[in-house]
Amino acid sequence: MTVPRLSQLGIRSVVLFYLTFLLLLPVAMVFYRAFEDGFGVAWDTVTSEQGIHALQLTLTTVAIAVPLNTIFGVLAALVLVRQNFRGKAILNSLIDIPFAISPVVIGLSLVLLYGPRDTAVGQWFFQHGILIIFSTPGIVIACIFVSLPFVVREVVPVLHEIGDEQEQAAKTLGANWWQTFRRVTLPAIRWGVTYGVVISTARVLGEFGAVSVVSGKVIGETETLPLFVRQQFETFNGAGGYASALVLAVLALLTLVLMNLINRRKEN
Amino acid sequence: MGIAVQNVNKTFGDFKALDDVTLDVPDGSLTALLGPSGSGKSTLLRLIAGLEEADSGTVLLNGEDVTHVSVQDRGIGFVFQHYAAFKHMTVRDNIAFGLTIRKTPKDQIRARVKELIRLVQLNGMAHRYPSQLSGGQRQRMALARALAAQPNLLLLDEPFGALDAKVRKELREWLRNLHEEVPVTTIFVTHDQEEAMDVAQQIVVMNQGKIEQVGEPKELYENPKTEFVMGFVGEVNRLGDALIRPHDLDLSLTPIEGGEEANVERVSHLGFEVRVELSLANGDHAWAQVTRKEDEELQLTEGVSVYARPSRARKFQGAEAQGDDGASAEELQVA
Repeated sequence: MTVPRLSQLGIRSVVLFYLTFLLLLPVAMVFYRAFEDGFGVAWDTVTSEQGIHALQLTLTTVAIAVPLNTIFGVLAALVLVRQNFRGKAILNSLIDIPFAISPVVIGLSLVLLYGPRDTAVGQWFFQHGILIIFSTPGIVIACIFVSLPFVVREVVPVLHEIGDEQEQAAKTLGANWWQTFRRVTLPAIRWGVTYGVVISTARVLGEFGAVSVVSGKVIGETETLPLFVRQQFETFNGAGGYASALVLAVLALLTLVLMNLINRRKEN
Repeated sequence: MGIAVQNVNKTFGDFKALDDVTLDVPDGSLTALLGPSGSGKSTLLRLIAGLEEADSGTVLLNGEDVTHVSVQDRGIGFVFQHYAAFKHMTVRDNIAFGLTIRKTPKDQIRARVKELIRLVQLNGMAHRYPSQLSGGQRQRMALARALAAQPNLLLLDEPFGALDAKVRKELREWLRNLHEEVPVTTIFVTHDQEEAMDVAQQIVVMNQGKIEQVGEPKELYENPKTEFVMGFVGEVNRLGDALIRPHDLDLSLTPIEGGEEANVERVSHLGFEVRVELSLANGDHAWAQVTRKEDEELQLTEGVSVYARPSRARKFQGAEAQGDDGASAEELQVA
């Protein structure tokens, strides 16, 4: 089917208009405002002790949450696609819960479960001197929760598409489960995993709602980069806030570039 | 390696894929599992491979019970209908896979891969990816991959099913030659009776999860034990309760003893053979396969009256009603 030239242009204009006002201009404004008063304020905020700490905490969270969710995501996808069992449909829906629930509710639910008052689980941690809520573990758990479906949802369709004949062939050639996974399945789902990791990373970097509930927002202690950005605005340091927001954006872009490079090298 | 399958049953949900199947495959033979789709032939092959597990029954390879041995440890080579090529690996890495898994020294792998590439005629293609090969080339690569680790048993699941007719014919001949060169016990699954008869030394005809008959191609054609086998390995006419091959129906323009009067409905010239469609006095329809020479002598055209007489016919009793145990075949010599 060929769409007439005019309507093609029409569709293209709608898309571009939409992208310009909802995506490009707002992001461009952040760039502009960050450096409006010169490079100095921006740099000072980002490199302040509090700013560096927020950056470190955010990166630590990414370094724990993303690998865990990647391993879980690939395993869950394998279970969902390659195995048949009762309750599979329920498991499939469970994985989407983080998409459906508001991050604030996620944060509250974690406070209820892991907080020292309401449940046996929370009390157990409290009695053993492990602080989860208002501390780094709570932030990591919240980030794992919100970013849990991404790898699964990227890998499942790829597994469906490649089918299981290659895996069966590997087995007939003597490969055990791990050899089959590493040499046949993983290379085939590589791009799905990559996109899952990139989206998970972006989500964990930017998570605000759930983290703000569980962190307690202790400045210089449990403040991640997005919370730090918010705090800069609240203390009327607009330029500093924009600059910190830029750091977040750059980190997400770096992830994308890095994952692409890793895949390129594997291909050669 | 000789194979013995004993009293094997396999169901998928409500579907009985294999129903008390017992089969012996002699060492070094080339055997075809032949049957319509859903007859259980692929399930039987996958069960011998270890890709499926039997609900009950035993599988012996070389006298050793392997019923619960995993597919990895059975020492088999398996070729899939849709090649199952490792898409992210080159031809060379595909072929070397089984050897790499077994941690074979690199120089040995290199030598073996080279030898196999020559054997399957993929010279100069070692560094290509499967997507850069034709269907026939991919299937030859898959064969080389299955043969690389010197399996005791080569199993092929509809190996030529996804290929076009011409390539199919070439590969058939090639598989037969390969088996002479590398005489490993080979079983292949097919639904094409011509393919089975052309390639195999022994054919196992399957229907509805059961083995109908095992025999050499000629034996099956000449002495089918059941109506199903007779109909599956060749064309048949039914006259009353007798089954007749179209080439066993003699035609004459003058009355002959034992001949039935029939009307020629249609004559089709199919190159070397001529197909004569008849309608008999009792309303039955049949067709006779005659040679061009016979056709020229008889000058058959539509509407002509002829006398048809079977030179050979078979009757089966209880084949449908009682299963293969109760079936008996009887050859009627008419002429």
